[in-house]
Amino acid sequence: MSVGAKLGKPVPKIRFHEPQIEMAHGAGGKASRRLVEGLFAPLLFGASSEPLGDAAHLKINGARMAVTTDSFVVKPIVFPGGSIGELAVNGTVNDLTVSGAKPEALVLTLILEAGLRTDVLQAEIQAIADAAQKAGVRIAGGDTKVVEHGKADGMYITTTGLGAPLPGVEINPQSVRSGDKVLLSGPIGDHGITILLARGDLDMEGDLRSDTRSVFPLVEAVVQAAGPGVRWMRDPTRGGVATSLNELARDCGLGVILFEDSIPVHDAVRGACELLGLDPLHIANEGQFLAVVAPEFADAALNTLREAPGGEEARIIGEIREQPAGSVLVTTLYGGSRIVDMLVGDPLPRIC
Amino acid sequence: MCLAIPGKIIEIAPDNPNSALVDVVGMRRRVDLGLLEDDKPVPGDWVLIHVGFAMSKISEVDALDQMRTLEMLGECEAAVQEVRGYGLEEIEDKAS
Amino acid sequence: MKYVDEFRDPELITRAAEEIRRLADPDRHYRLMEVCGGHTHAIYRFGLKDVLPPNIELIHGPGCPVCVLPMGRIDDALSVAADSDVIFAAFGDMMRVPGTNGSPLEHKARGMDVRIVYSPTDAIKLAKMNPQKHVMFFAIGFETTAPSTALTLQRAKAEGIHNFSIFCNHVTIIPAIRAILDSPDMRLDGFIGPGHVSTVIGCRPYEWIAKNERKPIVVCGFEPLDLLQSIVMLLTQLQKGEAKVENQYRRVVPWEGNRAALKAMAETFQLRPYFEWRGLGFISQSALRIREEYAEWDSEQRFHVPGIRVTDPKAAQCGEVLKGVLKPAQCKLFGKECTPENPVGALMVSSEGSCAAYYNYEHRKANLLTSISASA
Repeated sequence: MSVGAKLGKPVPKIRFHEPQIEMAHGAGGKASRRLVEGLFAPLLFGASSEPLGDAAHLKINGARMAVTTDSFVVKPIVFPGGSIGELAVNGTVNDLTVSGAKPEALVLTLILEAGLRTDVLQAEIQAIADAAQKAGVRIAGGDTKVVEHGKADGMYITTTGLGAPLPGVEINPQSVRSGDKVLLSGPIGDHGITILLARGDLDMEGDLRSDTRSVFPLVEAVVQAAGPGVRWMRDPTRGGVATSLNELARDCGLGVILFEDSIPVHDAVRGACELLGLDPLHIANEGQFLAVVAPEFADAALNTLREAPGGEEARIIGEIREQPAGSVLVTTLYGGSRIVDMLVGDPLPRIC
Repeated sequence: MCLAIPGKIIEIAPDNPNSALVDVVGMRRRVDLGLLEDDKPVPGDWVLIHVGFAMSKISEVDALDQMRTLEMLGECEAAVQEVRGYGLEEIEDKAS
Repeated sequence: MKYVDEFRDPELITRAAEEIRRLADPDRHYRLMEVCGGHTHAIYRFGLKDVLPPNIELIHGPGCPVCVLPMGRIDDALSVAADSDVIFAAFGDMMRVPGTNGSPLEHKARGMDVRIVYSPTDAIKLAKMNPQKHVMFFAIGFETTAPSTALTLQRAKAEGIHNFSIFCNHVTIIPAIRAILDSPDMRLDGFIGPGHVSTVIGCRPYEWIAKNERKPIVVCGFEPLDLLQSIVMLLTQLQKGEAKVENQYRRVVPWEGNRAALKAMAETFQLRPYFEWRGLGFISQSALRIREEYAEWDSEQRFHVPGIRVTDPKAAQCGEVLKGVLKPAQCKLFGKECTPENPVGALMVSSEGSCAAYYNYEHRKANLLTSISASA
């Protein structure tokens, strides 16, 4: 069941009309959605109009398993707080986690650019090994290709992750109800701004680090405290919290109301966003997750999170209401409000 | 055209008096002081930054003044309401 | 954030809104224009319309330098940059603005060397780092940004950087305000005056609005309390039947403006006899071109520029929206053929554009308000 069916209107078919692929199609926002739902889904997933999640839960010969895939294309490949290898492991682990599964194993593909220095590559392999060990997952295998110089920004990594669905957890946007609370595990924007600064085009510096980490321990704690009440989870990567919550609003046909003053943002991220004219809600995160929890479980979930290491800054940032259906509304303490939409393309710094 | 942000001058570049390091809540950026030739800012001053240039010095005095005016908004009216609540008009009417 | 957070204090905002409701005459409908696109953006971003009484109507003015740029100028610049030895450098604001054959970002996807810069001095740095190429900086903005371009021109000359030029589209604010006041469809009670432009030109240039046109104008900052306080000041003037120039943004705007900035501009620029503004037509003495002494750094002198003129599609009502005659949602293309992802005009793609601001921040709220009143 999709938004249209819930509202009693026919579901508009998304068609992909664009003659060529642009950078915007990879930014995680509206353009990406058009590509996936308009071009890929009809050909690959057939007539099913199931909402697409972070991971697929499959049943094979009676055994249930979660599977996900992701690719990592980041420039520069090493940045404050992490590197591409760490992102690759944590990103995949997190996708499995927020789908309601315990991550077990990863396989990966490396696409290496000719000319990449061996010591750089070795450092990334070490980063992958360390991150996997920390996250408690096995690296079960992989594949390597080398492409010409100039074709891979150093290296690209693709991962496929497998996990075991957690008992008693049923992640489904259709189970979201008006009155449910929206939880956020910690401050937003650290990763995206760190990368933007690390590119060096902006002549700006700050004490910021990527927040890349496995969120499994935190999610596990929330599930233990509030399992039956957890309706939906997502890790807000490219496109930020705004994009993830817009997808939720669209998939469940309800409205997501956010309380601006409750959203945790580090000062340096705020400063960078003000300087560049960006909204922290659109900036990528690599170590946070969103959860929609039934109201009777919300306090337990929040308290458990805040007591867990790394969850101290978790907040309830909003709630679900009937209206504005399919949209995200940010409200302020003085009664002002604005709609926050999905990203169109990559967030661009502006001067106006 | 309109995005401009207040920042605090941390230091003037030793090799270039027209270049300063500015802090915006922990974010540091190089800013050009070429437009403030007539009234050069010093470390500790706050400036308004636009496209990498300092456009103007921010006056703390004027900012505080503005805050005071804003804080007083509605206070005169509130004071009048409070006095009305004492029922003083009745006494005045009886007296006259 | 100092000088920002205190002007976003929710308690004070609530109080200022109450003062506005107290001051506004219930029998009167106020039409106040905010000239500057940055103010339009702030009004929507902070949801200020929600705290104003319904008899105060905010009309969006043409102070968005990206929005008023005719499409032909983008086509001109992109045709110069089509040469593979040219790097097209511009602010992020320009990247998604549609030209006839696509936006700068779309041209980048097709192989053009397009770079986002945060400051015109970044463009000079690019030129130094790429001696084999020519860097063309696409300069836009009102008087807020023009001084930075002026200084950059002076530096390029002083340092002898020859692989660099500026495609200049700077425009001036006073002729735009004049065009609004001359427009027969316009009935305005007062102006929320440009904030950052005024740090350069000061407050004197607005005196004719008060004296000759008898309209109050308050030079205004960009935080919620700045906007609300300016509205309080405008209502107070209107109540007393006054019409004067006031400076609400005193902490930043000097009454006399920035002498050094004006001097740099006078040294490097002169007024074009006329310039075409999208939606407003040709306006005389309203835009800047680079002086002869800096001809070597003027893209329009260094390169053959086709001088393309593109008329907007007939159905697009960019001009009327820019003048404030129409609200964004009243344009026939709004939200249908024209959206932020498929913009017909720059008002839908510029972050300061009233169509983009309304679309992104506001128009779905209409459903919210209707449904709340229905269930009440």
